[in-house]
Amino acid sequence: MLTAAMEKILTDARETGWVMEPEAKRFFSLGGLDTPRFFWAKKEEEALQVAMEIGYPVVAKVVSPRTPHKSEVKGVRLGVQDSQELTTAFQEFSRIEGFAGMLVEEMHSGVELIVGAKIDFQFGPVILLGMGGTSVEIYKDVAMRMAPLKAKDVVSMVQSLQGRPLLEGYRGQEPIGMDKLSQLLISFSQIVMEIQPVMETIDLNPVFCTFSRALVADARIFLKKKPCGGLPLSLRLPLVEFQK
Amino acid sequence: MNLTPLFQPKTMVVVGVSQNNERHPANVIYNKNNLRQAVKVFAVNYRGGLFQGETIYRALGEIPRKVDLAVIATRAEFVPQVMEDCIRGEVGGAIVVSGGFAESGRRDLQEKITDMAREANFPFIGPNCLGVYAPPVVDTFFIPSERIVKPDPGKVALVSQSGGVLVDHLIRFSSEGVGLSLAVSIGNKALIREIDLLKYFAEDPATGVVAFYIEGFGENEGRDFVLTAMDCPKPVIVLKAGRSQGGQRAVTSHTASMAGDYEVFSSVLDQYGILEARSEAELISLCEVLSCYQKAAGSRVAIISGSGGHGALAVDICAAHALEVPPFSESTQQSIRALAAEQIRNIASFKNPIDLTGSAVDDDFVGMARYLSRQPDIDCLLLLLLPYLPGISSDLGARLSLVYRQEGKPMIAYVPHVEKYRMLIEGFQLNSIPVAHSIEEAVQMARGLRRSQPC
Repeated sequence: MLTAAMEKILTDARETGWVMEPEAKRFFSLGGLDTPRFFWAKKEEEALQVAMEIGYPVVAKVVSPRTPHKSEVKGVRLGVQDSQELTTAFQEFSRIEGFAGMLVEEMHSGVELIVGAKIDFQFGPVILLGMGGTSVEIYKDVAMRMAPLKAKDVVSMVQSLQGRPLLEGYRGQEPIGMDKLSQLLISFSQIVMEIQPVMETIDLNPVFCTFSRALVADARIFLKKKPCGGLPLSLRLPLVEFQK
Repeated sequence: MNLTPLFQPKTMVVVGVSQNNERHPANVIYNKNNLRQAVKVFAVNYRGGLFQGETIYRALGEIPRKVDLAVIATRAEFVPQVMEDCIRGEVGGAIVVSGGFAESGRRDLQEKITDMAREANFPFIGPNCLGVYAPPVVDTFFIPSERIVKPDPGKVALVSQSGGVLVDHLIRFSSEGVGLSLAVSIGNKALIREIDLLKYFAEDPATGVVAFYIEGFGENEGRDFVLTAMDCPKPVIVLKAGRSQGGQRAVTSHTASMAGDYEVFSSVLDQYGILEARSEAELISLCEVLSCYQKAAGSRVAIISGSGGHGALAVDICAAHALEVPPFSESTQQSIRALAAEQIRNIASFKNPIDLTGSAVDDDFVGMARYLSRQPDIDCLLLLLLPYLPGISSDLGARLSLVYRQEGKPMIAYVPHVEKYRMLIEGFQLNSIPVAHSIEEAVQMARGLRRSQPC
């Protein structure tokens, strides 16, 4: 079930047409998916304070409704070691188009996967799982299934990936927690079923998988241009207003 | 909606029959059914008159019997009126052969007849289609009967959006010896669509396999189709056209960029246990193998051949189709060796693939096939037969078929298809054992058995 807070995130994003990272991640976190600790800092001092709380090294990412691909505008810094580096990052990000703050986040690693969703014209909501990161579209090692997913679908998706050995503990690496990944995919597919009237596509990329967690490290939701019925009234009405 | 009158009509009218134009589609359809099919057919044209000395009725109301099926082949603008008459006259259903609807910009006209039919619960196929080919009962294809290549009666129902592709498939069915239960060309599929036919054929006792040529589905129609196919107790095969289209648009999302229309189509079909034929030839192979074996089998293949090269090629193709050719254990190899004739025991190879060499005789093949049929860790036998080996007789096909009949393990044969070897091939085909033209095709057939089980 969508909570009121989740619905609000979607309605608030209708003007830009997409839910950018901090809000998209909060959306899925509210929906029960695991995410790293993160904070959307609008001022430099806030960023420094949060980084102290989280503990260095941290990840810093630009928040801008104009940049769906943050790394393409050099809007991502991994492994920020201290306050000085963080300050520099903040100042550089502030020159990026549409700058609306900086995301300060816990540093994580693991096998990088992409989990996505799309409303297909012929088949409706479809879920994608693949080897993730910035090179996803080069290797295109992905599996797709019609939503909602069953546990059995998750197993067959993982089995069909070329990168499967990396998930199962390649060369002495710890295998990923299949139960964690399965849980994430099934909850994700349920959320997708609920928001299908308003969404177009979703990318969760990367999802960091380790033995103990499957963490959504980045997320964005692209909304449909013309949403249709089927959603709770609270969500539907403002969208209709928007269409006018 | 009751589709039976469309496929098993006792009486039929053809609307639009011309008094003097023998090549008019209505006349072709009237003629071939009047002279060659069991259905009782009446000609209709509001002008009346005679065609070949037979009455052309002016209106549906003048037909002396209750009408099961109306074939409408008038100009598009007259179709709504004819359909209204059909509905009022309680005709069982219609096939609208006429073109000139959505495909040429007259979406309005198509919507008009569709709304009318939906409201009256009146089934119709088309418009812009060839209709139904269901000999010996009815055949509405407007192809003169002497030009049509008739496949043998059999278990496969074939549904196609394109009439031309459908006729081509009938020709292939005929040349490959694949039997047909019924063929339907659905054209613009304004009312009756793939999903309705899938539901009908799932229940049809004459049909064992349902095959589709699909250009595309409407909004969410694919979802309904796969969910229906999941409940269908018979194998469903789809050949998709337009695979190279789409996916060209620039998109911001990684998911949208990778989940193109065809990629999704292909993945979802597989998820729901529907077999996708990747080429026309593969469609025929899959139809052939599944009309012999409707039950899904696993992916472990045993290969028996009289040539090491054939075995090696087959192993490569199996690997490309994700089929396993598990090597036999030492003890299995010993047991098989003991079954072989004295003269090949020391020269043949009894691993998997088994190479019985050019010195093998019929008994070697039969003995191996029987032994391997009884192995629970083998799902299917691939028999690569070389009829030109001196020890092989023309009776081997029939003898191996008997092994299948007694042991029940699916087998697929490869025999070069030339007239000289016909008797060997017939030995298999008469017993419903599929025979491939090439090693590649034999492996495709094995893949057809392994289709994923519905989730």
